[in-house]
Amino acid sequence: MKARIGVITFPGSCDDRDALHAVEHLGGEAVALWHADADLDGCAGVIVPGGFSYGDYLRAGAIARFAPVMRAVEAFAAAGGPVLGICNGFQVLCEAGLLPGVLRPNHHGRFVCRDVDLVVQAAGSHWLGGLEPGAVLRIPVKHHDGAWYAPPAEQERVEAAGQVALRYADNPNGALADIACVTNASGNVCGLMPHPEHAVDEALGPVGGRPLLQGLLALARAHKRAKVVIA
Amino acid sequence: MTVLVRPKEGILDPQGEAIRQALSTLGYPASSVRAGRLFDLELDVTDPAEAERVGREAADRVLANGLIEGYEVVVEEDAAEELVAE
Repeated sequence: MKARIGVITFPGSCDDRDALHAVEHLGGEAVALWHADADLDGCAGVIVPGGFSYGDYLRAGAIARFAPVMRAVEAFAAAGGPVLGICNGFQVLCEAGLLPGVLRPNHHGRFVCRDVDLVVQAAGSHWLGGLEPGAVLRIPVKHHDGAWYAPPAEQERVEAAGQVALRYADNPNGALADIACVTNASGNVCGLMPHPEHAVDEALGPVGGRPLLQGLLALARAHKRAKVVIA
Repeated sequence: MTVLVRPKEGILDPQGEAIRQALSTLGYPASSVRAGRLFDLELDVTDPAEAERVGREAADRVLANGLIEGYEVVVEEDAAEELVAE
């Protein structure tokens, strides 16, 4: 059975097409969702994609969190459904309070666009198909507001709870403790600044994005099975 | 009413630092610049205390991110009277 994965398009999203393609490329069923939708069209997993939703007005992701579809995403996440936020999607999920912390402007004040190496942390295995801690994934980043930050007590809590899934080998944006990817406390919501959907096809460059998206497909299949059992 | 949002103390502000460098280039003796935002809100509220409550709630929920930003709410009490006078 194919995992049915929804990809949300907000006004200003620009990586939604690549996310849809990546899901299909890896054997999932990709479904386009619209910011004004009231439900998730029966999807068993959701991607909140990259881009510049609502022009990054106010703060990156700050307006998108109020889109109608986000009510459905919040309910889906609360029910254990897997949600992956990529770049602007990560910013949206942090602003919505579904993930800890916030994404601040890069410390050097410049847009950064290059491949980065990401080191798998113990907590990442949930989303990373059982990759060993220390494994390295190469995935591109392209952002201006990518420095993950949380106040010291919150960062300690996130670290202690095992919610840091990936760290930068060479920090490109000033993120606190080289943190590139975090999950929520229950592990079903995950966000990162690098773009796994741009790194799935060998013809186009590195393929370090595959484990994360395969992780999403696996979690979506498990969530669907769980729902069927409950029903 | 006006809501002033500022980066919290100790939070790195790359925008403010870029502005400081530009000011220094022009010869201004600016040792620090912190860049925030100013929101002018016109509220259909007559009670100043209620206006302040609404402004603070809006700042907490939307206008500022409490992890990195602080805010001030300034209620201009005579704004409504001016409106009536016009």
